[in-house]
Amino acid sequence: MDFQLSKEQEFVRKMVREFAENEVEPIAADVDKEHRFPEENVKKMGELGMLGIPFPKELGGTGGDNLAYAITVEELSRVCASTGVICSAHTSLCCWPIFNFGNDEQKQKYLPDLLSGKKLGAFGLTEPNAGTDAGGQQTKAEDKGDHWLLNGSKVFITNGGYADVFVVMAMTDKSKRTRGISSFIVEKGYEGFSIGKTEDKMGICGSSTTELVFQNCKVPKENLLGNIGDGFKVAMATLDGGRIGIASQALGIAQGAFDVTLEYMKSRRQFGRRLADMESLRFDMAELKTRIDAARLLIYRAASMKDAHVPYGPESAMAKYFASETAMYVTTKCVQLHGGYGYTKDYPVERMMRDAKITEIYEGTTEAQKLVIAASVFGK
Amino acid sequence: MTFKIVVCAKQVPDTNEIKIDPVKKTLIREGVPSILNHDDANALEEALKIKDKYPDTHITVVSMGPPQAKDLLIECLAMGADEAVLASDRALGGSDTWATSNAIAAAVEKLGGYDLIFAGRQAIDGDTAQVGPQMAEKLGIPQVTYVKEFEIAEDMKTITVKRALEDGYELIKIKTPCMLTAIKELNTPRYMTVGGIYDAVAKDIPVWGAADLGVDPDKEVGLDASPTNVYRSFTPVPKGQGVMLEADSEKEVADKLLVGLKSKHVI
Repeated sequence: MDFQLSKEQEFVRKMVREFAENEVEPIAADVDKEHRFPEENVKKMGELGMLGIPFPKELGGTGGDNLAYAITVEELSRVCASTGVICSAHTSLCCWPIFNFGNDEQKQKYLPDLLSGKKLGAFGLTEPNAGTDAGGQQTKAEDKGDHWLLNGSKVFITNGGYADVFVVMAMTDKSKRTRGISSFIVEKGYEGFSIGKTEDKMGICGSSTTELVFQNCKVPKENLLGNIGDGFKVAMATLDGGRIGIASQALGIAQGAFDVTLEYMKSRRQFGRRLADMESLRFDMAELKTRIDAARLLIYRAASMKDAHVPYGPESAMAKYFASETAMYVTTKCVQLHGGYGYTKDYPVERMMRDAKITEIYEGTTEAQKLVIAASVFGK
Repeated sequence: MTFKIVVCAKQVPDTNEIKIDPVKKTLIREGVPSILNHDDANALEEALKIKDKYPDTHITVVSMGPPQAKDLLIECLAMGADEAVLASDRALGGSDTWATSNAIAAAVEKLGGYDLIFAGRQAIDGDTAQVGPQMAEKLGIPQVTYVKEFEIAEDMKTITVKRALEDGYELIKIKTPCMLTAIKELNTPRYMTVGGIYDAVAKDIPVWGAADLGVDPDKEVGLDASPTNVYRSFTPVPKGQGVMLEADSEKEVADKLLVGLKSKHVI
């Protein structure tokens, strides 16, 4: 086993950290407070290659790997979880399914602009009545000969209000349940496609989470992604990879909270001593550090397995389950270590604690991860 | 015709993280991260800006240091430089500024022609600001130090720079080939790009020793050939803070100044 990052991965971390500390961190509190999508930084991230990491250069990607991508989401999320999930949803949930299931024409048409960040991507699976039960899709796609006609709606769509390209699941044959779902590439501006309600959330307030509404939305025939009836398979495979992104986001949040708490403990004095000199609090930090590192190793293993093209479903589920619970545990503890100040918006740990919670819910709840892991333990 | 730029860069300890050994009075370098010297990053950025505007520009970064200084060159390539060379050899170790400029000037000559050499004003570890100017003397080209603003004519033959001095500025027109040293006010260095990192790590970075450079370890480079050596490092005692005199009129300020100077027996 080799626990060393490659030279490339080390440099990606250095570069993203510099970018995150100089450009992302200074506006993170405002982005949260104003519920503002950080468009200016997303544009810069595209120019610097952060929105097309694990894809080949021929298609406009950087030729990097999934571990470098995980590190990127981690470092962005270390200072701003909203910025982290913008990168994650775009890369894992939109670029990847087009790259993996798209035909040559689809790849040539969509990937160069997506991977260079000229366009932003999103993914539409969840519906008001189809959350963890993703098979219960209501959105319909009818074959109209020269086009598909989509009707229905999607909710909780990350990047919804700012994306240009959407990978959307819809029922092409309801009688076949999950085997009757197909996936489509939908562009912003298609007739009959609109953005509905924007969610007012507890955390990741800089991330745009919206409803997608399809009312007799005409989708060109050639925008079917994969074969008819493959939609559920496309969605599940996409989410296997997406979990690495969200796990990395959770890891970044935990590491960020840990780092600011460490600095706080070095300066905060009570009873004539720094918090950093009090043994029980030092032990708290030792525990947090161990949990964070354990999460990191699970994530890096899953990403390395994806890079090695070996099955990694249960491993990414374990990484996501453990990292998201770690993020919640660590941020809660970090607020406690800050005392009353931690509960105020003068310090970033309360934001980090609010941001952490979503990682236990989206792209598969903790319970959904346990389903995947249990199935690998007991057989299906 | 391709405009050839050589950028000189040095890997230095991150002074934000550095501590001084209280007994030996030397820098504690152990465990201190290494970074691209700030002023050198400004020099590279200005070269990259020329390349942005005039794509037929070739940038080579030259550094001297231990083998791990290759990391700094990878960083420069990932920012957009075309090529990088490292002068590294046991025989070069312990070089003072005179010996270092001998080695780097030799490396620049070995590279072949150049139109512009851009270096940082000084390195944050030694703070000498000597290597750039010494190189220019040895290569026999004109030099301008402390460059704050830079403009190159379209024919790429003349450069106009604003030179920042303690008490004002100089506006200087200089012909290429020449040597300039950059200060941090010149620009804001760009980030590496992810794609640039993957290309940079894959690139071959030649390492040149004393023999490749054609320099004599007994007379030109290394500890023994260095005419100076560090006698002692110490933290200077901070000077007292200045006093701002304020009053309603210039006359009152002048009065206060006179009283102050007299009380200290300056006048």
